[in-house]
Amino acid sequence: MIQPTKTAPDFLEQLATSGEGESPLGCMQCGLCAASCPLGHAMEYPPRRLLLRAAAGQVDRLLQSPTLWMCVGCYLCSLRCPRGIELTDGLWPALRDRAMQAGIQPPAELQETFQNLLKYGNVLGKSPRQRLQWAEGLDVPVLDLSKQPQPVEVLWIVGDYPSYYPRNQRVARAFARILTALGIRWGVLGAKECALGECDRMFGEEGLFETLVEKNRQVLQTQRFEKIVLLDPHEFRAMEHFYPRYGIRYPVEHYVTFLANRLSDLTARIVRSIDATVTYHDNCCVGRRCRCFDPPRQLLGAIPGLKLVEMERNREDALCCGGGGGGMWLDAHIVAHGGYRLSDERIKMAARTGAQILAVSCPFELSRFEDAAKVTGLEGKVQVRDIIELLAEAMDLGEKETV
Amino acid sequence: MKIAVVIRQVPDLIEPLEVDSSGKALDLGSATFILNESDDHALEQALLLKEAQGGSVSVLAVDFGDVDNSLYAAAAKGADQLIKLLWDDPNRPPWPQQAARMFAEVLRPLAPELVLVGVQAHDELDGVLPPELAVCLGWPYVGVVRGVKADDGQGLLVRKEFPGAVMAEFAVRLPAVLGILGAEQPPRYVPVSRIRAAMKSSQIAEQEATVPPWAARVEVARLSPPAPAERAEMLTGSAEEVAQRIAALLEEKGLLR
Repeated sequence: MIQPTKTAPDFLEQLATSGEGESPLGCMQCGLCAASCPLGHAMEYPPRRLLLRAAAGQVDRLLQSPTLWMCVGCYLCSLRCPRGIELTDGLWPALRDRAMQAGIQPPAELQETFQNLLKYGNVLGKSPRQRLQWAEGLDVPVLDLSKQPQPVEVLWIVGDYPSYYPRNQRVARAFARILTALGIRWGVLGAKECALGECDRMFGEEGLFETLVEKNRQVLQTQRFEKIVLLDPHEFRAMEHFYPRYGIRYPVEHYVTFLANRLSDLTARIVRSIDATVTYHDNCCVGRRCRCFDPPRQLLGAIPGLKLVEMERNREDALCCGGGGGGMWLDAHIVAHGGYRLSDERIKMAARTGAQILAVSCPFELSRFEDAAKVTGLEGKVQVRDIIELLAEAMDLGEKETV
Repeated sequence: MKIAVVIRQVPDLIEPLEVDSSGKALDLGSATFILNESDDHALEQALLLKEAQGGSVSVLAVDFGDVDNSLYAAAAKGADQLIKLLWDDPNRPPWPQQAARMFAEVLRPLAPELVLVGVQAHDELDGVLPPELAVCLGWPYVGVVRGVKADDGQGLLVRKEFPGAVMAEFAVRLPAVLGILGAEQPPRYVPVSRIRAAMKSSQIAEQEATVPPWAARVEVARLSPPAPAERAEMLTGSAEEVAQRIAALLEEKGLLR
């Protein structure tokens, strides 16, 4: 039996005053967090046990455990906790930070991502000068505000994957065409764009998160815009929730709400039907964490011919793709210790609905689910498309060649 | 053990390299610079030795590129002393032969028992600096080193890699210079907050070193990116047809026995 220490452990005391959720000292060990966690069964210390050990002053023994790098930032534990304890943005990153401060090495795959962010300001380790690679040969003009600063309606922070990763570049191009078709005055930051950081303050690498915040403070204060629009839900959460703590406050929207607020304009420009059964995967940040469930469905519902069906786990109960919390770069670690990839399980759920298309609204999910389709034998049976791509196709603004 | 590590800044190859207007050199003004990878391993090996048997680690670099950040990161990882050798030309680093003499001048009074340096740098593939430095100091040298352990006596046991997957172990008497290919474990990650703390708490000592005149004996006549050759043949058809064509090609070129 583990006895809580008499003096409240300083680690949890610090967390209690961090401003993330209610005090972890109020944990009543109900276990709902552990039972909800999609990888809890495979963890040496599922969330409940993490809190118990931490309350018993045994933080140091948690830091060496593979458990530390298995949280995929899905927010299920945090949002279901009856005490309102914020595990995802509170306990996990705090433990990871403490581990790294103590010299314990994060898994190698994640170290490379950290280094890339520090050196180049993007997770992929690409040249910042090639930020506009996605727009080469694009049929609509792209205003590079780093070269021609001027007031715009929308400052679009393109994001790392849409800027550099070929599959996601297609989505970036489609979004550029949609913004232009809607008559919006928009611009991008070009070579000055730098990753904003993630929802959980860069998976616990807080110093790195603060470095990114400072870089973005410098860049953003030189620009004049009405709002920031983002494709990446994690960056949206970072900008909406964490940047204000550093005194950086801008109106910000994820693209699903931005477009859903212009639904009649969009509908007026839709000229083609998409005759397919589609299911939508709620991403964790914009979906569960920010409770934005209807706008993506309204966007899909605006496409004629499209039949929307729901997966067995949807909206606030959606199963995570496994890409958050650093999971995007921890697949080998998580498969080694957890036994499976969440994206594989999720695409099987999508297939069980009979849908031909799995619609997503997060840049991580295209490659995660397309890989999952290959692994699970569902390639060619379930197509993975971003909502932007489906809208662009319905507006006759899609890529000319097929996916 | 008192260890010194020499680190270098090299052009970052994520940026496209450009030839300057003379047509004889790289345009380093448009390049960004990063820590040379095998120097990072040399630093890691030095830290492992210090952790195993105590001592101190001094890190030396020429003032070029983004060297301050590399030095502070070294301090955050556990280096005790940071030394920057003054250098006037922001457009190019010293030639390795010049750098070796500059480092030797600073290392002599510092009197480390061991100097570790990356065995090569991607702007200096001949690996001139480490042996040249050993010659300047008059110390023994072992290159292509993949592991260093303290010997029970006074020296070190050094594992050196040879072609053909042959590894040899050398007993090395100190002082010595080692050219490190890889440390016994990958260079450690140090969180950014620790690097920031090191920027506040560590001092980079700036030191003058005589820059020896250097006239290259080999002159570059012309530098250009490789011209694309149109020799690729795309094979089309069914898998069987493609396989047959590949087999025929291998036979034509005398690669099949």
